[in-house]
Amino acid sequence: MTQRTYVRPTAGWWRRNGHYRAYMLREASSVFVTAYALVLLVGLARLAQGRAPFEAWRAALATPWALAFHVVALGFFVCHAWTWFAVMPKTLPFIRMRGRRVPDEALVAAGACAAVAASLLLFLAVWWTRP
Amino acid sequence: MKRSNKPIFWSLFGAGGMLAALVGPMLVLITGLLIPLGLLLPTGTMSYDRMCAFAQNAFGKAALVVVISLFLFHGCHRLYHCLHDVGVHVGPGVKAIFHGFAIAGTVTAIILVGAIGWAG
Repeated sequence: MTQRTYVRPTAGWWRRNGHYRAYMLREASSVFVTAYALVLLVGLARLAQGRAPFEAWRAALATPWALAFHVVALGFFVCHAWTWFAVMPKTLPFIRMRGRRVPDEALVAAGACAAVAASLLLFLAVWWTRP
Repeated sequence: MKRSNKPIFWSLFGAGGMLAALVGPMLVLITGLLIPLGLLLPTGTMSYDRMCAFAQNAFGKAALVVVISLFLFHGCHRLYHCLHDVGVHVGPGVKAIFHGFAIAGTVTAIILVGAIGWAG
Protein backbone atom coordinates (compact mmCIF):
# COMPACT_ATOMS: atom_id res chain seq x y z
CA MET A 1 0.00 0.00 0.00
CA THR A 2 1.30 3.43 -0.86
CA GLN A 3 1.41 6.13 1.78
CA ARG A 4 -0.44 9.25 0.76
CA THR A 5 1.58 12.11 2.18
CA TYR A 6 0.84 15.78 1.80
CA VAL A 7 3.06 17.46 -0.81
CA ARG A 8 3.16 21.23 -0.58
CA PRO A 9 2.07 22.60 -3.96
CA THR A 10 4.98 24.42 -5.58
CA ALA A 11 3.68 24.95 -9.12
CA GLY A 12 4.61 28.36 -10.45
CA TRP A 13 6.67 29.35 -7.38
CA TRP A 14 9.23 31.18 -9.54
CA ARG A 15 6.58 33.67 -10.67
CA ARG A 16 6.35 35.04 -7.13
CA ASN A 17 9.22 37.51 -7.30
CA GLY A 18 11.98 38.88 -9.48
CA HIS A 19 14.79 36.98 -7.76
CA TYR A 20 13.04 33.65 -8.39
CA ARG A 21 12.40 34.59 -12.02
CA ALA A 22 16.07 35.56 -12.50
CA TYR A 23 17.11 32.26 -10.93
CA MET A 24 14.89 30.26 -13.28
CA LEU A 25 16.13 32.27 -16.27
CA ARG A 26 19.71 31.39 -15.31
CA GLU A 27 18.86 27.70 -14.86
CA ALA A 28 17.00 27.72 -18.20
CA SER A 29 20.30 28.57 -19.89
CA SER A 30 21.22 24.89 -19.42
CA VAL A 31 18.62 23.95 -22.04
CA PHE A 32 20.45 26.11 -24.58
CA VAL A 33 23.96 25.09 -23.51
CA THR A 34 22.93 21.43 -23.97
CA ALA A 35 21.14 22.14 -27.27
CA TYR A 36 24.12 24.08 -28.66
CA ALA A 37 26.48 21.22 -27.72
CA LEU A 38 24.16 18.86 -29.63
CA VAL A 39 24.15 21.21 -32.67
CA LEU A 40 27.95 21.01 -32.67
CA LEU A 41 27.91 17.24 -32.12
CA VAL A 42 25.57 16.76 -35.10
CA GLY A 43 27.87 19.01 -37.18
CA LEU A 44 30.85 16.86 -36.17
CA ALA A 45 28.93 13.70 -37.14
CA ARG A 46 28.03 15.24 -40.53
CA LEU A 47 31.68 16.23 -41.02
CA ALA A 48 32.75 12.62 -40.40
CA GLN A 49 30.09 11.41 -42.89
CA GLY A 50 31.46 13.45 -45.77
CA ARG A 51 31.07 16.55 -47.90
CA ALA A 52 27.37 16.34 -48.85
CA PRO A 53 26.03 15.68 -45.32
CA PHE A 54 28.22 18.48 -43.93
CA GLU A 55 27.01 20.94 -46.59
CA ALA A 56 23.42 19.99 -45.68
CA TRP A 57 24.18 20.74 -42.00
CA ARG A 58 25.66 24.12 -42.96
CA ALA A 59 22.61 24.92 -45.08
CA ALA A 60 20.38 23.99 -42.12
CA LEU A 61 22.29 26.51 -39.95
CA ALA A 62 21.26 29.31 -42.34
CA THR A 63 17.52 28.58 -42.09
CA PRO A 64 15.34 31.08 -40.17
CA TRP A 65 14.59 28.55 -37.40
CA ALA A 66 18.27 27.81 -36.82
CA LEU A 67 19.13 31.53 -36.82
CA ALA A 68 16.28 32.25 -34.39
CA PHE A 69 17.50 29.45 -32.14
CA HIS A 70 21.03 30.90 -32.12
CA VAL A 71 19.75 34.42 -31.36
CA VAL A 72 17.88 33.09 -28.31
CA ALA A 73 20.81 30.83 -27.38
CA LEU A 74 23.15 33.83 -27.56
CA GLY A 75 20.94 35.68 -25.09
CA PHE A 76 20.94 32.74 -22.68
CA PHE A 77 24.72 32.25 -23.03
CA VAL A 78 25.27 35.92 -22.13
CA CYS A 79 22.88 35.49 -19.17
CA HIS A 80 24.81 32.38 -18.13
CA ALA A 81 28.18 34.14 -18.44
CA TRP A 82 27.08 37.17 -16.45
CA THR A 83 25.49 35.16 -13.63
CA TRP A 84 28.44 32.73 -13.62
CA PHE A 85 30.87 35.54 -12.82
CA ALA A 86 28.42 37.27 -10.47
CA VAL A 87 28.31 34.20 -8.17
CA MET A 88 32.06 33.53 -8.45
CA PRO A 89 32.83 35.20 -5.09
CA LYS A 90 30.50 32.62 -3.50
CA THR A 91 31.67 29.58 -5.47
CA LEU A 92 35.42 30.16 -5.17
CA PRO A 93 37.44 29.82 -1.96
CA PHE A 94 38.73 33.13 -0.56
CA ILE A 95 41.67 34.39 -2.60
CA ARG A 96 44.30 36.39 -0.77
CA MET A 97 46.72 38.87 -2.31
CA ARG A 98 49.34 40.68 -0.21
CA GLY A 99 47.65 39.39 2.93
CA ARG A 100 44.25 40.84 2.03
CA ARG A 101 41.16 39.08 0.75
CA VAL A 102 40.44 39.97 -2.86
CA PRO A 103 37.14 41.92 -2.73
CA ASP A 104 34.06 40.38 -4.39
CA GLU A 105 33.70 43.19 -6.92
CA ALA A 106 37.30 42.71 -8.10
CA LEU A 107 36.68 38.98 -8.58
CA VAL A 108 33.52 39.58 -10.63
CA ALA A 109 35.28 42.25 -12.70
CA ALA A 110 38.26 39.95 -13.30
CA GLY A 111 35.95 37.18 -14.48
CA ALA A 112 34.05 39.50 -16.82
CA CYS A 113 37.33 40.91 -18.20
CA ALA A 114 38.67 37.38 -18.77
CA ALA A 115 35.51 36.51 -20.72
CA VAL A 116 35.78 39.65 -22.87
CA ALA A 117 39.48 38.96 -23.53
CA ALA A 118 38.90 35.27 -24.34
CA SER A 119 36.00 36.15 -26.66
CA LEU A 120 38.06 38.81 -28.47
CA LEU A 121 40.97 36.37 -28.87
CA LEU A 122 38.62 33.71 -30.26
CA PHE A 123 37.06 36.16 -32.71
CA LEU A 124 40.44 37.47 -33.86
CA ALA A 125 41.78 33.92 -34.30
CA VAL A 126 38.84 33.12 -36.63
CA TRP A 127 39.10 36.56 -38.30
CA TRP A 128 42.82 36.26 -39.09
CA THR A 129 42.46 32.76 -40.53
CA ARG A 130 39.29 33.50 -42.56
CA PRO A 131 39.40 32.47 -46.25
CA MET B 1 32.23 4.26 3.34
CA LYS B 2 31.31 4.47 -0.32
CA ARG B 3 32.77 7.52 -1.97
CA SER B 4 30.37 10.00 -3.52
CA ASN B 5 30.65 10.69 -7.24
CA LYS B 6 29.44 14.24 -6.63
CA PRO B 7 32.88 15.94 -6.80
CA ILE B 8 33.53 14.47 -10.26
CA PHE B 9 30.27 15.64 -11.79
CA TRP B 10 30.35 18.96 -9.98
CA SER B 11 33.87 19.59 -11.32
CA LEU B 12 32.73 18.80 -14.85
CA PHE B 13 29.70 21.07 -14.34
CA GLY B 14 32.02 23.81 -13.09
CA ALA B 15 34.54 23.37 -15.90
CA GLY B 16 31.76 23.45 -18.49
CA GLY B 17 30.19 26.49 -16.85
CA MET B 18 33.51 28.33 -16.87
CA LEU B 19 34.20 27.46 -20.52
CA ALA B 20 30.64 28.43 -21.51
CA ALA B 21 31.00 31.73 -19.63
CA LEU B 22 34.39 32.56 -21.18
CA VAL B 23 33.81 31.69 -24.86
CA GLY B 24 30.21 30.40 -25.11
CA PRO B 25 28.53 33.61 -26.30
CA MET B 26 31.26 34.25 -28.90
CA LEU B 27 31.11 30.64 -30.16
CA VAL B 28 27.34 30.85 -30.64
CA LEU B 29 27.73 34.24 -32.35
CA ILE B 30 30.43 32.95 -34.73
CA THR B 31 29.09 29.48 -35.63
CA GLY B 32 25.37 30.20 -35.35
CA LEU B 33 25.00 33.76 -36.67
CA LEU B 34 28.03 35.48 -38.22
CA ILE B 35 29.19 32.62 -40.47
CA PRO B 36 25.74 31.36 -41.61
CA LEU B 37 24.76 34.97 -42.41
CA GLY B 38 28.17 35.89 -43.85
CA LEU B 39 28.42 38.92 -41.55
CA LEU B 40 32.05 40.01 -40.83
CA LEU B 41 33.13 36.41 -41.48
CA PRO B 42 32.53 34.77 -44.90
CA THR B 43 30.25 31.71 -45.01
CA GLY B 44 33.24 29.76 -46.36
CA THR B 45 34.92 30.07 -42.95
CA MET B 46 33.19 26.79 -42.00
CA SER B 47 33.58 25.11 -45.40
CA TYR B 48 33.94 21.32 -45.53
CA ASP B 49 37.64 21.48 -46.46
CA ARG B 50 38.51 23.96 -43.71
CA MET B 51 36.56 22.12 -41.03
CA CYS B 52 38.15 18.82 -42.12
CA ALA B 53 41.58 20.40 -41.80
CA PHE B 54 40.60 21.74 -38.36
CA ALA B 55 39.38 18.33 -37.18
CA GLN B 56 42.42 16.55 -38.61
CA ASN B 57 44.96 17.91 -36.14
CA ALA B 58 45.39 17.40 -32.42
CA PHE B 59 44.39 20.95 -31.41
CA GLY B 60 41.19 20.87 -33.46
CA LYS B 61 40.22 17.42 -32.20
CA ALA B 62 40.84 18.44 -28.57
CA ALA B 63 38.92 21.72 -28.97
CA LEU B 64 35.88 19.96 -30.49
CA VAL B 65 35.77 17.22 -27.85
CA VAL B 66 36.37 19.60 -24.92
CA VAL B 67 33.70 22.11 -25.98
CA ILE B 68 31.04 19.49 -26.80
CA SER B 69 31.79 17.36 -23.73
CA LEU B 70 32.03 20.11 -21.10
CA PHE B 71 28.96 21.97 -22.44
CA LEU B 72 27.03 18.70 -22.22
CA PHE B 73 28.23 17.93 -18.67
CA HIS B 74 27.39 21.47 -17.58
CA GLY B 75 23.99 21.54 -19.28
CA CYS B 76 22.86 18.07 -18.24
CA HIS B 77 23.87 18.57 -14.60
CA ARG B 78 21.92 21.82 -14.41
CA LEU B 79 18.95 20.38 -16.29
CA TYR B 80 18.77 17.56 -13.76
CA HIS B 81 18.59 20.07 -10.90
CA CYS B 82 15.97 22.07 -12.84
CA LEU B 83 13.68 19.04 -12.64
CA HIS B 84 13.57 19.42 -8.86
CA ASP B 85 12.91 23.16 -9.18
CA VAL B 86 9.86 22.63 -11.38
CA GLY B 87 8.45 20.04 -8.98
CA VAL B 88 9.57 16.81 -10.64
CA HIS B 89 11.21 14.79 -7.88
CA VAL B 90 13.29 12.01 -9.32
CA GLY B 91 15.80 9.59 -7.89
CA PRO B 92 19.40 8.64 -8.63
CA GLY B 93 18.31 6.61 -11.67
CA VAL B 94 17.24 9.69 -13.59
CA LYS B 95 20.38 11.51 -12.43
CA ALA B 96 22.41 8.67 -13.94
CA ILE B 97 20.49 9.09 -17.20
CA PHE B 98 21.39 12.82 -17.37
CA HIS B 99 25.06 12.21 -16.58
CA GLY B 100 25.01 9.16 -18.84
CA PHE B 101 23.73 11.34 -21.68
CA ALA B 102 26.74 13.65 -21.27
CA ILE B 103 29.09 10.66 -21.11
CA ALA B 104 27.49 9.18 -24.26
CA GLY B 105 27.90 12.53 -26.06
CA THR B 106 31.55 12.69 -25.02
CA VAL B 107 32.24 9.13 -26.21
CA THR B 108 30.45 9.88 -29.51
CA ALA B 109 32.54 13.04 -30.04
CA ILE B 110 35.77 11.12 -29.33
CA ILE B 111 34.77 8.35 -31.78
CA LEU B 112 33.87 10.95 -34.44
CA VAL B 113 37.13 12.94 -34.20
CA GLY B 114 38.89 9.55 -34.37
CA ALA B 115 36.92 8.57 -37.48
CA ILE B 116 37.85 11.85 -39.21
CA GLY B 117 41.51 10.79 -39.07
CA TRP B 118 44.72 12.80 -39.30
CA ALA B 119 46.09 15.17 -41.93
CA GLY B 120 48.66 13.91 -44.42
